[in-house]
Amino acid sequence: MSVNKLGKFAVIGLSAAWIVGCSTTASDTDSSTVAEDAAAMEQAEADAANADQAYGAGEGDAVTSVIVDDVAAQQAEVDPLADVQVVFYFDFDKSIVRPESREALAKHAEFLVANPDARIVLEGHADERGTREYNMALGERRAKAISRYLTIQGVAASQIETVSFGEEVPVAFGSDNNAWQLNRRVEVRYE
Amino acid sequence: MMLKQWLYVFFACMVSIGTTRAQLVIEITSGADQLLPIAVVPFGYNGVDALPEDIAQVVEDDLARSGLFQPVPRANMLSMPSKEEDVFYRDWRLLKSDYVVIGNINKLPNGQYRIGFELLNVLSQKPVQKHASIDVNARNFRDAAHYISDKVYELLTGSRGAFSTRILYVTAEGDKRSPLFKLQVADADGHRPQVVVESKEPILSPSWSMDGRNIAYVMFRNRRPSIFIQELATGKRQQVAQFRGLNGAPAWSPDGKKLALVLSKDNNPEIYTLDIATQKLERMTNHYAIDTEPSWEPDGKGIVFTSDRGGNPQIYRLDTRSKRVERVTFEGELNTRARMTPDGRYLVTVQKNDGNYHVALQDMNTGRVQTLTETYLDESPSIAPNGSMVMYATTDRGKGILAVVSVDGLVKYRLPSAEGDVREPSWSPYFK
Repeated sequence: MSVNKLGKFAVIGLSAAWIVGCSTTASDTDSSTVAEDAAAMEQAEADAANADQAYGAGEGDAVTSVIVDDVAAQQAEVDPLADVQVVFYFDFDKSIVRPESREALAKHAEFLVANPDARIVLEGHADERGTREYNMALGERRAKAISRYLTIQGVAASQIETVSFGEEVPVAFGSDNNAWQLNRRVEVRYE
Repeated sequence: MMLKQWLYVFFACMVSIGTTRAQLVIEITSGADQLLPIAVVPFGYNGVDALPEDIAQVVEDDLARSGLFQPVPRANMLSMPSKEEDVFYRDWRLLKSDYVVIGNINKLPNGQYRIGFELLNVLSQKPVQKHASIDVNARNFRDAAHYISDKVYELLTGSRGAFSTRILYVTAEGDKRSPLFKLQVADADGHRPQVVVESKEPILSPSWSMDGRNIAYVMFRNRRPSIFIQELATGKRQQVAQFRGLNGAPAWSPDGKKLALVLSKDNNPEIYTLDIATQKLERMTNHYAIDTEPSWEPDGKGIVFTSDRGGNPQIYRLDTRSKRVERVTFEGELNTRARMTPDGRYLVTVQKNDGNYHVALQDMNTGRVQTLTETYLDESPSIAPNGSMVMYATTDRGKGILAVVSVDGLVKYRLPSAEGDVREPSWSPYFK
């Protein structure tokens, strides 16, 4: 192996480490200010360790790094979905999958059926109107509508998780129809 | 002596962490007509060094904000007595002030301050509250002031003041695309904010336990929501719900033993109660519609919640024993996120009419509904423990702010914040 190639690997390794660093920082930034004292910090860590088993895996640094690497590797192979739409929009106060979403969803379904180990999270969102917890429920209803569409096409329910962010994570800012439309969405995220 | 004991308990409950941030400032945007004129005279001081707070000013602001009092401007005062024997009642009659609050501050050898105060009736020329005093540290001056405000309010209105209470709220600061979420606790007037939790992931639905010692909230971790309980004084926290799907809207029962919450682990959003000591979950609703935003009735016998089982979201009441459900709201396109006043008389909701979301008040006896607010996207109403005021979140020039309206709709003021988007106020109970 040439020195040049080694150098490239080093760069890849470093950027992977950087990505890992970022992702762990992101998941660890929540912190009780009060938790400055060791006891509370330990409690917080214990909380993290006690996480529901469905989600516990991503918490440790080591595990996170493996996941990030895998995703990177997988995405390199999985070109079939590279250009496929991952954000699907909804009408106000509605959770009906729009006809124009069907083609792209069919491609996701096809891929998931062909790759039974692949897992997706459907992240549902709402616009700013209405109360926050009601919007959490609405976001979930939308994610479930997409989920049903996929399972009808043969995707195993175990491959799909639905999560709602309600109105908490908008992508468009401003109080107009355009911003609201962009925020009423479900994002497909491959784990 | 009673006063002292009360204060010690109160201070023990206080958190003393976090840094002072941009503070919320009160602006009164409209007021009632019949205001009680009162003069709060600057307190006398036996020392020469600067005091940490102008106590009389804090008391005056508290009373003005209640919408029941009209303070006499300092510039108009003809004299500034700090002892009853120095008070010339005629001076205050000339100013048409019905009551006068006077006080004095003495630095004690132990470094504390003894704050004495009296409330005088100008017409009868007699004290309503004879001289009383409290000892505080420099950092508790505002507590002393709120204590005095509560006393004056109670003596003159007959109902308990809520100036010594606190609020929880969430701010989203920094870059809108990846904001930093902070759960903060502050005095009810917006002063002395402290960060309780911060995260790059969303925090929402803060709620107080009935003794004011613990809080519950929803926080995302690794892109999934969990419900946490946290002891305010120590920061010790416990994750109480992290099921698949929704984990939301925690609400403490009046007896402090249970948490009502929303889970969708059994497919769609349902109301559950969680026994905090035993961790036992009990499912309270069973319907394919959305059931969310539970809030306990003051006696704990019922839970009001939002459901779209009738087609559009309205408020329903659940009997916690029989689990029978009945519809409560009928006016408006929709009603969500109900809260009940401590006397059980009124239900406050977020009501949609003609596309606008406003805070509405429904009289539970007569069924009469009154719209309390008229700003943009009003939400998250939270009622003061004395039932006099409702704090809510609204939007002003694209920014989330907090505002307060009296239950009769006559008094309104805003608490603008310099930093970030402010949302989801939760008014504390009384601190026992």
